Amino acid sequence: MLKRTPLFEQHLREGALMVNFAEWEMPLHYGSQIDEHRKVRQDAGMFDVSHMGVIDIEGEAAAALLRLVLANNIDKLKTSGRALYSCMLNEAGGVIDDLIVYYLSPSHYRLIVNASTTEKDLAWLKKCAGDYSVAINHQTGLAMLAIQGPTAKEKVARVLPWLAPGLQFLKHFQVLQQGSYFIASTGYTGEDGIEVILPASEAATIWNECKNAGIAPIGLGARDTLRLEAGFNLYGQDMDETVTPLVSNLAGTVAFEPASRQFIGRSALESQKEQGITQHLVGIKLLGKGVLRRHQMVYANHERLGEITSGTFSPTLKTSIAFARLALNVDNHLANCEVDIRGTHYPAQIVKLPFVTGDKK
Amino acid sequence: MSKVPSELRYTQTHEWVRVEDDGSFVVGITDHAQSQLGELVFADLPDVGAKVNSSDEVCVIESVKAASDVYSPVSGKIMEVNEDLEESPSLVNSDPYGDGWLFRIDPVDPDELSELLDADAYSQYMEEDED
Repeated sequence: MLKRTPLFEQHLREGALMVNFAEWEMPLHYGSQIDEHRKVRQDAGMFDVSHMGVIDIEGEAAAALLRLVLANNIDKLKTSGRALYSCMLNEAGGVIDDLIVYYLSPSHYRLIVNASTTEKDLAWLKKCAGDYSVAINHQTGLAMLAIQGPTAKEKVARVLPWLAPGLQFLKHFQVLQQGSYFIASTGYTGEDGIEVILPASEAATIWNECKNAGIAPIGLGARDTLRLEAGFNLYGQDMDETVTPLVSNLAGTVAFEPASRQFIGRSALESQKEQGITQHLVGIKLLGKGVLRRHQMVYANHERLGEITSGTFSPTLKTSIAFARLALNVDNHLANCEVDIRGTHYPAQIVKLPFVTGDKK
Repeated sequence: MSKVPSELRYTQTHEWVRVEDDGSFVVGITDHAQSQLGELVFADLPDVGAKVNSSDEVCVIESVKAASDVYSPVSGKIMEVNEDLEESPSLVNSDPYGDGWLFRIDPVDPDELSELLDADAYSQYMEEDED
């Protein structure tokens, strides 16, 4: 039996096509994935992301544990209410998961992790915690809504007027806590917006009120095309335990400074750097018609460079875009390449990420 | 429930065939097929003039989800393709039996039509397929 979020009934009422996503029964779309994509780029949409894992790390050693297990450095979070994106690595430098860590107090951090990896992450965190004085708790009984798009915040302010003053000053990667609501200025679409954690019992009411305020329900299909356009990796596709952040376009999220911080995976990443980074996760744009898909091979000058990790049709650019992990050096960056689509090589271009920025739509 | 117009013939690979007044056959994919595929974003249609055999892969259609082959229901020569799909591939979703047609074929042997499924047989096949 698949798991259901507190908003399951709402999805059915909206006519969602429900699919199995990481053992959760989730909405793929509510009719048109492409229309949903456009609504988020041009107006506002809401995603039920209650399947994602909320893990609280509490106790006097909370910070010490996170300094050990995260590739990014939580000491960058100078004041409470700030958030940071990080990978969690194994000893070989492979990515166990990517997550957002919220600094709530010196003895309380909150991690938002992927649905498919929540159990694995919990086991890993508990193993790494060993004798540390921390409590690691998977929070259940919650719902999570991502409300994204250029008009998202003003529409939310109408639905939840008591949030309006706080929302106005909420900066990117900051969090606001009011009562049982946890509101973070984060997202996975490249648009302005928030992610809200709230009690499961209130989820349906808020969902309905948001809908009445003109915030459209958006399924996982559009979530994938939006994140690809915005240049965000998807765990399990663009990176996993077999690759490091250094070959996953995430080198900037690894904090090698201070040199004294011995995070798990550090020595593996250092030796990889020493030997030279020979692969890069890059953006690819197909020059003609067709659709790039995961596992298609990429070539340049008849030489195989690697393969596509995520590919899709971009509703904004009206062409196909992809991420590919390729054997590249500085000289052949931003070059032309070819993609093998069902036996025929089609011209494509290696481009800078993101594919779509806030003003290009 | 997906639509299965009674005047058309069908294949087990979810194409439909309509006989035109001039004896040519118009081919598309069924309502069931388009709903399974999801929104179309691209149709790679055959070359006009190409000679094809029945069950040949003659074109590829791509949805937001996946690529899917389309097979020719009969043998013959491609007379025309639906050029509107170049700009609006989603016509296949909105009107699979009308504006979303794929290609027109001049059949070598019009009797091949009798080997295809009628609407009742296709409906039954679809139900069994779903079980």
